[in-house]
Amino acid sequence: METIKKLIRKQSLEKLYATLSASRKVYAPVVAADKRVEYKYNPAYAEVTFEHIQSTLSVKNVVFPKVENLMYYTNNKVDSTITDIDLTKIPEVVLWGSHPCDNSAYDVLKSIFCWDIKDEFFAKRLEKLVVIGLACHQSDAYCFCTSVGLTPNSTKGSDILLSKTKSGDYIAEILTEKGNAIVTASPDLFENANNEEAVIAEVKQTFNHEQVTEKLKTAFEHPFWVANSLRCIGCGACAYVCPTCACFDIQDEAKGKEGRRYRSWDSCGFGLFTLHTSGHNPREVQSQRWRQRIMHKFSYMPDRNESLGCVGCGRCSRGCPVDMNISEQLQGLQNI
Amino acid sequence: MCENIYKPYLMVIDQIVDETADVKTFRLKFKNQEDADKFSFKAGQFGEYSIFGEGESTFCIASAPTRKEYIECTFRKAGRVTNALANAEVGDTVGFRGPYGNTFPIEQWEGKNLLYIAGGIALPPMRCVIWNTIDLREKYKDITIVYGARSVADLVYKHELKEWEERPDIKLITTVDPGGQTPDWKGEIGFVPTVLEKAGLTSANTIAILCGPPVMIKFTMPVLKNLGFEDKDIFTTLENRMKCGFGKCGRCNVGKLFVCKDGPVFTYEEMKVLPAEY
Repeated sequence: METIKKLIRKQSLEKLYATLSASRKVYAPVVAADKRVEYKYNPAYAEVTFEHIQSTLSVKNVVFPKVENLMYYTNNKVDSTITDIDLTKIPEVVLWGSHPCDNSAYDVLKSIFCWDIKDEFFAKRLEKLVVIGLACHQSDAYCFCTSVGLTPNSTKGSDILLSKTKSGDYIAEILTEKGNAIVTASPDLFENANNEEAVIAEVKQTFNHEQVTEKLKTAFEHPFWVANSLRCIGCGACAYVCPTCACFDIQDEAKGKEGRRYRSWDSCGFGLFTLHTSGHNPREVQSQRWRQRIMHKFSYMPDRNESLGCVGCGRCSRGCPVDMNISEQLQGLQNI
Repeated sequence: MCENIYKPYLMVIDQIVDETADVKTFRLKFKNQEDADKFSFKAGQFGEYSIFGEGESTFCIASAPTRKEYIECTFRKAGRVTNALANAEVGDTVGFRGPYGNTFPIEQWEGKNLLYIAGGIALPPMRCVIWNTIDLREKYKDITIVYGARSVADLVYKHELKEWEERPDIKLITTVDPGGQTPDWKGEIGFVPTVLEKAGLTSANTIAILCGPPVMIKFTMPVLKNLGFEDKDIFTTLENRMKCGFGKCGRCNVGKLFVCKDGPVFTYEEMKVLPAEY
């Protein structure tokens, strides 16, 4: 649909939140006791923050939960049975206040989960998701969305995108039918926009992703990978905080005869990720695993999924315990 | 209800064959006739086999698609799932998802000689295509099978090796590593590449299908190249650790390819341009 621009006053925003959270799950950012920003389901409006630069974890778990049950079973040896998961019970979720980088990640995830046969666990959750995004009016040194083809106010993935104005009200760009349904259900809360100006963060471009992708075509054997991953401890934090990392494990867990099969987030940074039963490991040292992470996001995915595997949120750099900074590394890579 | 792509078929263990001290072959039949009716696969494809409560494990379907009433898999007892599978008994229920992956292009091989080369536990992933082409015997010229294992005790499918040996339309060469022979061993003694070199084979109008441990592949490839095989006429089936089986979990990723979707069957020509992460 054609984008409609409206204005929502600060005080109306609270009413909109109240209306939405009265009838469905709203996943919104709050500042935790340790000052980290995390998303919670239906927090009190007073707790919801509009001033976060970035939450520690991405919000991908609304479509790709950390742990997701794939089935339940009873193992009776001869008469084992499976109980399927009822995906029709997946509730509608309104994602509130997530930034454009996170919202852009749904297309990336879709190119992984639905490129061939459709993963209904993911697809159903995405179908039930309504995104009320929040453009960034502030950034930090880790942000690099402008280096991966996005901006602090990219509309991609949002159903409604809110942008803060100088007076503290919000411009609402209504981008999809899902977004429009929310607006038409609360018409009194939205006014016509009158050229109000949004405050948008400045994010400096630090590298050219097309040049990086080009460089990677011939960089597989380059000493860059060893030199730049010596301090990597293989903790996998970068993958766990990443909005586009989608690699997962499948495991069984049973108590007596009753059990479940579930999938959970995994990381290509772990040595066990590729270890064969024979003991052979195709990526046996950390530099190979670091190379895989960069190659996958900036070379293999553009080639295969026609999408970069990175949205420039900077979480992997903020969260890295040994200060590996992906944006700095990609700048370096561009110049090898 | 949406389709759950992770939900396995329920299978009944119909038969168990002890191949070696730690290798077993299961014959599995579908518990529900409806599943059996709609199921079909082609040579080279694999599946995820599971024991509920322990997990899933990836093996190629070892039986031929020309034999429709069942599927078979052969596995070595090595980890949590394969140990649990090995403890299962005839009549038990296991899970099976599949078939996944690409296939051996056996239609394109019609009218050609086929040279199968396998080492150790790598015969099972080739057994399917071997039987498939034997069952369509008139479509192919000479069929030669070179199979080696560490010792006589490590040879799998002993009953079938006997059958292949007795058939006049199949040439079978079996070998065991030096020291792995028994007093009554009548086959070759030596490593697969050496035996292959001495076998007096030719690459003329021939497709080579190769599967074995990395060290065997490494030393067999030069022998095939010396015989004049072109890279596009050498096929193998790769194995990487897998979980989902359909190109989502990311584990078997090699370059931009997934072994589970773009493979497991690759020609040497295709493999050469991949990073060696398999």
